[in-house]
Amino acid sequence: MATKGAVKPIRIVMGKVGLDGHDRGVKVVARALRDAGYEVIYTGLRQTPEMIVDAALQEDAQVIGLSLHSGAHMTLFPAVVEELKRRKATDIVVFGGGIIPEDDIEALKKQGVEELFTPGTPLQDIVAWLRKRFPESS
Amino acid sequence: MKIRAKDPKQVWKEEFESSQTRRKDGLETSTISGVPVKPLYTSDDLPSRAEEFPGQYPYTRGIHPTGYRGRLWTMRQFSGFATAEETNRRYKYLLGNGQTGLSVAFDMPTLMGQDSDAPTSRGEIGHCGVAIDSLADMETLFDGIPLGEITTSMTINSPAAILLCMYLAVAEKQGVPFVKLGGTLQNDILKEFIAQKEFIFPPEPSMRLVVDSIEYCAKAVPKWNTISISGYHIREAGSTAAQELAFTLADGMAYVDACIERGMRIDDFASRLSFFFDAHIDFFEEIAKFRAARRIWARWMREKYGAQDERSWKLRFHTQTAGVSLTAQQPELNIARTALEAMSAVLGGTQSLHTNAMDEVFALPTDRAARLALRTQQLIAFETGVGSTIDPLGGSYFVEALTDEMERQAEAYFKRIEDLGGVIPAIEASFFQKEIADAAFRYQSELEQKRRLIVGVNEFTVDEEEPIEILRIDPKLEREQVERVRAVRAKRDQARCSNALSKLRTAASGRDNLMPYILDAVRAYATEGEIMNTLIEVFGVYTERAVI
Repeated sequence: MATKGAVKPIRIVMGKVGLDGHDRGVKVVARALRDAGYEVIYTGLRQTPEMIVDAALQEDAQVIGLSLHSGAHMTLFPAVVEELKRRKATDIVVFGGGIIPEDDIEALKKQGVEELFTPGTPLQDIVAWLRKRFPESS
Repeated sequence: MKIRAKDPKQVWKEEFESSQTRRKDGLETSTISGVPVKPLYTSDDLPSRAEEFPGQYPYTRGIHPTGYRGRLWTMRQFSGFATAEETNRRYKYLLGNGQTGLSVAFDMPTLMGQDSDAPTSRGEIGHCGVAIDSLADMETLFDGIPLGEITTSMTINSPAAILLCMYLAVAEKQGVPFVKLGGTLQNDILKEFIAQKEFIFPPEPSMRLVVDSIEYCAKAVPKWNTISISGYHIREAGSTAAQELAFTLADGMAYVDACIERGMRIDDFASRLSFFFDAHIDFFEEIAKFRAARRIWARWMREKYGAQDERSWKLRFHTQTAGVSLTAQQPELNIARTALEAMSAVLGGTQSLHTNAMDEVFALPTDRAARLALRTQQLIAFETGVGSTIDPLGGSYFVEALTDEMERQAEAYFKRIEDLGGVIPAIEASFFQKEIADAAFRYQSELEQKRRLIVGVNEFTVDEEEPIEILRIDPKLEREQVERVRAVRAKRDQARCSNALSKLRTAASGRDNLMPYILDAVRAYATEGEIMNTLIEVFGVYTERAVI
């Protein structure tokens, strides 16, 4: 198809920031996004905000997906946003998931994390959000 | 005219198959792990084996002849948050409410062997457990709790030897001899590589530390359960029940092999190996899993390893209800889920039990939620009467058949692991990690397709969720804990500390058992991070290949 080559495939860097090793969720989401046609790069465990941003820049990703289950999201998710600012890469969209209380979701959104998904979120909701956020990809 | 009575089994079969009233809702009838379940089990499904009894080999029906008539399970709520001081208060609160043993949850930096002032500890301190940096914190944690009178379980793995030494050092200060100490160290590094991923050192030196602690305790702390071989994290990471069973027991055998290789006699350590399983939501499958675990372990210990002491054959286990089954939606439902899961653990003959609190899907539990969780198992113990008879489901056509099925599937996995060269080569080949990720994805797909339902999540949802109270960790404690560890470093006898660490470094390069060296470093108030870093200098660190 002629138009297909013109559309840049959406690339998503996904990773576990912080110290916890709970990687079930991030792996399931990574597979689902790949199945939905996105290019997913999974960076693995124990990523610092700097490492995640490095990976996103290197991979020319438009999206960063963060997973965290240890309670450190209020420190580490905004740290990724800050690092993007420092590297002048604020066009990269950040979303996240994990054990995150409702109040924190609002606070994180104010700090630049665009969307947060908590346990029990259907995979199709995450895909639907990405489709809406990047209509050119659907 | 003589009418020949029809075989009633045949009658049922015909009636069932011709019935028009069978549900056609497209929901799975297999267990949550995908084991096919027949609509009815009959005497045809009963295995042809000699009748089994509790307290007798192969212990399918329990390891004690008295079951819960002899002794109830230990109610052991996993707990720890914020600082040692706050957690100490929670322990006293739980003990005051009838809890019968302690179980320490450490925060991420402690679990990962780093101090609170390490750069990567930022944001993690005191969040998913208590922050322990040195013996000073451990002294506060157990302040006013007589270690000779309670038993304590500690969930810690890569740095397990260090935290055990801290506990021993506190006991010393309380004047309690090591031989009187009872408790459990998780110390199960293999499942960290497989599922929970809190590894630091490569597999080989990691195994050395495990064997060092087993060997040391066999002589010096004989009542201590040196390892809690854990399926819980494997299951929570997404495995099936059979995978949980098989991978856990395979890990257990790998530890036995390593101890034998060290030159230990099987009966000198096997009775202090303990296990830890998940109680998931599929009721009968879980009961079958627990029963099968005992039978398989007993057989392998006796037949393959030639253990003579009956205590070496008995699989003792702790159970925790499935954190992963809890939902953020309509969270009060989690109380019902936990109660059912706890019931399966009791019917499966667990030795101790943790019931999850309904709010753990958001954060660590509040006092109120933690008490409700404890009350749930007290209710099972004292209101329902399930403990009055031993292994009440023994002889059930279904449960016996499912127990055999669990055993069969586990044995098939043992064969595959052996073909890969054993547990560590299988870890390095990402075998377990892929099996678990596949199972997790299969299950999630079934939910997406609504072939399985989770109440409140993909069916029976509400538009507006009512907020519930959750525990908040005060951000200022992070600063305080950082100051605390720095104060310990400033105050201690520096020469004694450096000397102990340097002796540890030398020993780590050799073959000595490292426990006495670690204990000396702990006594000199070397911090956890300093001890770990000393070992990292010699052992190196492990990184895994990321597979999805």
